[in-house]
Amino acid sequence: MDPILSARDLSVYYYTERGPVKAVDHVSLDLQQSMRLGLVGESGCGKSTLAMALMRLIRPPGRIVHGEVLLDGVDLVKLSAEEVRRTRLSKIALIPQGAMNSLNPVMRVREQIADGIVDRDELFSIAEIEARVTELLESVELDPRVAGMYPHELSGGMKQRVCMAIAISMRPKVIIADEPTSALDVVVQRQVMDTVRRLQEELGLSIILIGHDMGLMAQSVDFLAVMYAGRLVEIGSVEDIFLQPLHPYTQLLISTLPTLEVRGVFRGIPGITPTLLNAPEGCLFHPRCLKATDACRSEETPVLKEVSFSHCVSCYLYEDNK
Amino acid sequence: MTALLELREVTKIYSGGVFRRRTTVALDRVSLSIGTEKPTITAIAGESGSGKTTMGMLFLGFLPPTSGEILYKGKDLWAASKEEWRVFRREVQAIFQDPFEVYNPFYKVDHVLTMPIVRFHLANSRQGQQEMIEKALIDVGLRPEETLGRYPHQLSGGQRQRITVARALLLQPKLIIADEPVSMVDASLRATILQSLRKLNQELGISILYITHDLATAYHICENIMVLYQGSVAEAGDVETVIKNPQHPYTRLLVGSIAWPDPRHKWGQEVAEYRGETLTQKTAGCKFAPRCPRAKPICRESPPPLYQTNHTRAAACYLYEDNPILAGHEIGRVLSQ
Amino acid sequence: MRFFRYLRRNKRLAAGIAILTFLFLFATLGRLIAPPARAYPLAVPANKPPSLEYPFGTDSQGRDLLATIVMGTYLTVRIGVLAGIIGLAVGTFLGFTAAYYGGALDTIVRWAVDVLLTVPGLLVLVVIAALIQRTLNPTSLSLVLALLAWMGPTRTVRSQVLSLRERAFVRIAQLSGEGNLEIIFRELFPNLLPYLGASLVGSVTGAIFASLGLEQLGLGAMREPTLGMTIYWVQYYGAFIRGLWWWILEPVAVIVLIFMGLFFLSAGLDEFANPRVRRVA
Repeated sequence: MDPILSARDLSVYYYTERGPVKAVDHVSLDLQQSMRLGLVGESGCGKSTLAMALMRLIRPPGRIVHGEVLLDGVDLVKLSAEEVRRTRLSKIALIPQGAMNSLNPVMRVREQIADGIVDRDELFSIAEIEARVTELLESVELDPRVAGMYPHELSGGMKQRVCMAIAISMRPKVIIADEPTSALDVVVQRQVMDTVRRLQEELGLSIILIGHDMGLMAQSVDFLAVMYAGRLVEIGSVEDIFLQPLHPYTQLLISTLPTLEVRGVFRGIPGITPTLLNAPEGCLFHPRCLKATDACRSEETPVLKEVSFSHCVSCYLYEDNK
Repeated sequence: MTALLELREVTKIYSGGVFRRRTTVALDRVSLSIGTEKPTITAIAGESGSGKTTMGMLFLGFLPPTSGEILYKGKDLWAASKEEWRVFRREVQAIFQDPFEVYNPFYKVDHVLTMPIVRFHLANSRQGQQEMIEKALIDVGLRPEETLGRYPHQLSGGQRQRITVARALLLQPKLIIADEPVSMVDASLRATILQSLRKLNQELGISILYITHDLATAYHICENIMVLYQGSVAEAGDVETVIKNPQHPYTRLLVGSIAWPDPRHKWGQEVAEYRGETLTQKTAGCKFAPRCPRAKPICRESPPPLYQTNHTRAAACYLYEDNPILAGHEIGRVLSQ
Repeated sequence: MRFFRYLRRNKRLAAGIAILTFLFLFATLGRLIAPPARAYPLAVPANKPPSLEYPFGTDSQGRDLLATIVMGTYLTVRIGVLAGIIGLAVGTFLGFTAAYYGGALDTIVRWAVDVLLTVPGLLVLVVIAALIQRTLNPTSLSLVLALLAWMGPTRTVRSQVLSLRERAFVRIAQLSGEGNLEIIFRELFPNLLPYLGASLVGSVTGAIFASLGLEQLGLGAMREPTLGMTIYWVQYYGAFIRGLWWWILEPVAVIVLIFMGLFFLSAGLDEFANPRVRRVA
């Protein structure tokens, strides 16, 4: 079964005054139909850049240096700007970070949702648009009366649901959500994620959920990809990652998480994330890695290899596994 | 035994709007005392609108109460002398949420460390001052040569937050109000910072008020917890019992919504019983009644008092009306002091 | 050294500084070439077009226009700077104290500012200038202009301080034992500097505008060769009809240069203070 969205050896560099910053470096991943994939990593690891690259929204001084983004078999990197614009929203939609604060404060909700629909050259009468807007609001569990309200009259959770409604308005196949609940209260977060799950099941969507909250990932996705300093270090099912992490970084990350079982035990990860400007040679994690070997320090960055079924890791410790 | 700092039946009302005066009751007759006997770590948990930040501001003396008293060592804080305020400022410190906002962008980060030493006369010489600062930085896991002399924007969020903890360390106050200290910090650094907080409490005997919406971290670091909902206390007591076995329906909802980082403990179904968010309505009774699946008629009529269900916990809910009632300021009984 | 590298990137600031430096040199060194005494009537033969002897020509009252423009630049800019600084100083002080201490002080200041802002400035200036015309000189004109220059800065400084006052670093300063006055000077004031700098440029520009307006109506110091008075004389003596083009062109050109310099300086400062406007390499 072909993946619906793929990144193949994708690299995105930002060209700054002080040199190129390798925000995303040789990242490959596949998103299958109806799959929920989480993309997790600390701030600055490149996950948001990757999301923007998948949507071809990278602006100078950033550039997709090489690689492909295959959406339903079509390479987005090679398309013209106009063609990409058409593909967006109709096939792949993005709910960016802080989306709920980016709603137009002087437009009613109805107009903001209709904006995307009308723009795609599909001629709708006013009645049809109204019906569609109502249908969308109900599918994200909002009262249809919200259509006539302004963003500032809504709570955080409601605004986020409006953003979700905009995202699914053209029935895309893929939705990328970047930190959709980071500004929301814990109870609202749960409710919003419940809605997301329901939507995903009903519409058969594939979702990429980007964030840094491992707890949210454990509850919301099936597969998890871990990024570190612009590279993909491990990818596998949620159970694999949490219960049997392979990469030393993932292992350390998991060990710092508070669990319900053992109270009061803390562990941190020593060291700081490397600057992407002058990255260390070899594996980027080796300065902080407790299991680093000489190979890790000198050779090229390790490549992603499959260690067990759909569990891949890029680490020299697993070089001999097949 | 006089408490160090105490809120007694404190209500805080914000009034806004030009013509129609809109009043928001941020805190509704809440009491809490931080004792001098045993240094404790107490969590004030709640979502936005719960009043937890307001409580922190009241404890820090940045806001005067609308009614009720704030007692510092037994005396009304807002009637205290200038000298007493000086001592108060020295003994009650804070760690705030945003690691960038706490720095004046005009100065190097050294500024937040040197100012209090100078103002509170904590060191005798420049040398002594420098030694104090360096020791505090090392204690929180930072290297002085990498952090001193830099501007805030040149350091990472984690480093900046650790410097604020170092600042608290070198002041050695009696009480620290930590308002969401790790919510804007990367996961890998959270543990380090929480560890430093725990050290402040255990090794230096500093009490900590940990204000948060993240029950997972509260569970790990705190002994007591007070759950607030729209300005009132919903439940309070020993943190382990309250989180493992919540009694108040709101606490149940809150605990059930925690995103535990464990795929074996997924969100259950019980949360579905609760009604979604309602835009705040003024109810005469329990504030949670409009959303509560177990609401009885009496819940909508008058607000429930605090019932002591156990020697280590209390819940403000009519479901437990067979238990003895606790007056507001007696809440200390269920919190290990 | 870093400053010059920055100037290469911030072209507006560089342009502003360049123009103003040129004008400064013109006004100061120019005196060596054209002695100020020649900027007064009956110093030289009248109505002469530009020549080697009188590079800027002469006017109908017998002034050497080179000396006149040199003096005029100096005087007009001085009026603007003096008025701007006084206005800004008063406005800053009032704005700060009103915002920081709040309460009755704030109410009074706000009320005063709001009421005075509704008064038509030019009218007031005209009345005052007409009243004291006999004793009017560039310095007293500055003071008169400053009277109406303080309201704007008060308002804007007040709102800036109001927003800064709630910031976490002010709270930390309070927790560090800093007193109110100390917080105002040590914590808040430095953060306002870029803003004050831009505001100063605005005040100066406004004051120069106002002085030009008053003077060309004839309400300036009659004897002094300020740029505005030069334009007044241009009108009085009908220079247009009489074809004395150099007399019209020179003050206008200098005025345009002054405003361009101030504009670029302001835009450059804005770019400096506002990182989002900054150009990325």
